[in-house]
Amino acid sequence: MGRWLDVELNPWGQEVLQGVSLDLMWLAIIAALLFTVGHALWYRQRGFSKQGKVAQTQESVADLPERIVRHTLAARIFHWSMAAAMLVLLVTAFVPLLGLEFPWVTIHWIAGVVLILTIIYHVIHSIGWLDFWSMMSMTAKDVREGLGHFRHILSSKSPKPEKPGKYPFDHRMYHHAIIVASLAAVVTGILMTLRIKTPFWEPNEYYPLTDQAVSGYNELSEPIISLMPGAATGLVFVIHGIAGVSLILMVAAHIYFAIRPDKRWFTWGMIRGWIDREHYLAHFDPDKWSVADASKRESSHGGAIADSVVSVPRTDD
Amino acid sequence: MAIIRDMIPAFELFQPATVEDALDRLAEYGEQAWVLAGGLDSYDWFKDRIKRPEAVIDLGGIEELKGIREGQDGLEIGAMATLTEIVRHERVRAEYKILADAAEHVATPQIRNQGTLGGNISQDTRCWYYRSGWPCYRAGGNTCYAAAPQAMNREHAIMGTSRCVAINPSDTAPALVALDAKMIVRGQRSSGAYDAEDFFIGPATDITRMTVLESGDLLTQINIPEEWANAHFYYEKVRDRGSWDFQLVSVASAFKTSGNTIDDARIVVNGVAPFPVRLDAVERLVRGASVDEEIAVEAGEIAIQGSRALKHNEYKQPMMSNLVRRAVRSVA
Repeated sequence: MGRWLDVELNPWGQEVLQGVSLDLMWLAIIAALLFTVGHALWYRQRGFSKQGKVAQTQESVADLPERIVRHTLAARIFHWSMAAAMLVLLVTAFVPLLGLEFPWVTIHWIAGVVLILTIIYHVIHSIGWLDFWSMMSMTAKDVREGLGHFRHILSSKSPKPEKPGKYPFDHRMYHHAIIVASLAAVVTGILMTLRIKTPFWEPNEYYPLTDQAVSGYNELSEPIISLMPGAATGLVFVIHGIAGVSLILMVAAHIYFAIRPDKRWFTWGMIRGWIDREHYLAHFDPDKWSVADASKRESSHGGAIADSVVSVPRTDD
Repeated sequence: MAIIRDMIPAFELFQPATVEDALDRLAEYGEQAWVLAGGLDSYDWFKDRIKRPEAVIDLGGIEELKGIREGQDGLEIGAMATLTEIVRHERVRAEYKILADAAEHVATPQIRNQGTLGGNISQDTRCWYYRSGWPCYRAGGNTCYAAAPQAMNREHAIMGTSRCVAINPSDTAPALVALDAKMIVRGQRSSGAYDAEDFFIGPATDITRMTVLESGDLLTQINIPEEWANAHFYYEKVRDRGSWDFQLVSVASAFKTSGNTIDDARIVVNGVAPFPVRLDAVERLVRGASVDEEIAVEAGEIAIQGSRALKHNEYKQPMMSNLVRRAVRSVA
């Protein structure tokens, strides 16, 4: 296992898995830096950065308001709460390893609790009030659309891809990756928190039924231990560590794209809640993200339409 | 349990004559360097073969680290001053008796002759799971074997824990915190003067260290300010064997008094946490108070608030409470 996983010897010379090594964190940080710098240079070399101005569209704007709601206040509260919790978690997890020491454990698990609450809120809100499947579904057509978009970015000779619905393919892929990494970090994080003192429970160093799982009994009726003591603990630490370094990469990429000049309108959409009509027509397919039906119901606050009617059932499925 | 062997693994031995030379060697070998003061903690580690440094830097030849000097504000004690020197030093005995008392309670006369103040406060915890080579949190692993339900944890912590439940073993550390001593550290990472209270760190901050000292750092001097000279002191150490043992619980306290009224106080307990615990709440309670039995009892009760016993060390709660009560009562 060597370099990427930490393995220690106990006094009997048995190898006990401890977690991921510090090298993996450095690898993630270096990979994040290389990706952002490399992507920025490549984008500049391809001339994408000069496309700052939104292309004029010939499509009808008669039924559209100037401002189109992309994220409701409830969705934005979730996003920024989750982002704050995630940043606190990453800082408290990795900054002490870089040498800036402070009592990080309590802050870390409290931020973890906040993250769990925001996730629960998000799931309920998405299922009850948003078009849950427009973000979650991934059909063959979606994949073709995403690959077409990707090919077009890589080669200018590739045909221009179809415009997406409300959530482009890459956004949905990112969302899925974040779900996997976050859930892995949350589940293993809860298991790790069981071992420290919190107001919710007394700590217990052992994970019953996992650290010493009894798989059966031998002929002397002695229990057969299927896992070495500490094996489950090591696995939990490894999964938590891998999820953590994955989140370094994903959060770094997310922040990078959020602050890129050509993507900043997305970020403003997450801050203000709406995008302007020109960006809507330039980047989205109105058939897949239909707002026309609702456009006559302009809000009194800046003419934006309500998100609940923006997310009409997708027409591209 | 680890087996103590006669032969210790080979290492490069350096015996520098100046602090600068020592710091150079520490910088050269980084985490593979080991600072040797009196050797009373170090040789156990080496013989158990748990610690195998490439280079050992013996501070025994550095004159500026030795002795006790009069400073501009109190006493300046070299980190290599022996515990016996401290016990016998006239001014320490007269004005800072709590430090002499604490030093006198360390182990045996032979060990005090060899052991240094710097070594005593920088020594590693005596948790046997850790010292026996278990890959525990403190050793860089992911488990505290001493906190497990089946663990033998009679001597472990009842407060200040964060995953690791080891205790600080130093007898002189609480006395230095009570005296508001300043620790002078030189080196690459943590250079500066630290309040004794901040010099000791808990596992919530760094689970692998007990002090601010990192590889490449050297504790060179301990300054004892005039501020608490000639205060009313109380030191008591409870241990299994009166002749020679580590503390179970100890209390070191300094009071400025007018009659039986406490004007100011610093009360510190050790043996109950991974670091010497200053009892701020108790100090607030007794500050400005006339001491009677009622306030002494209340001080003892407040002292253990928030403590949490492990399976085998519940006795430490009443023991700590009683020691604090006695310390406060001593003013009356």
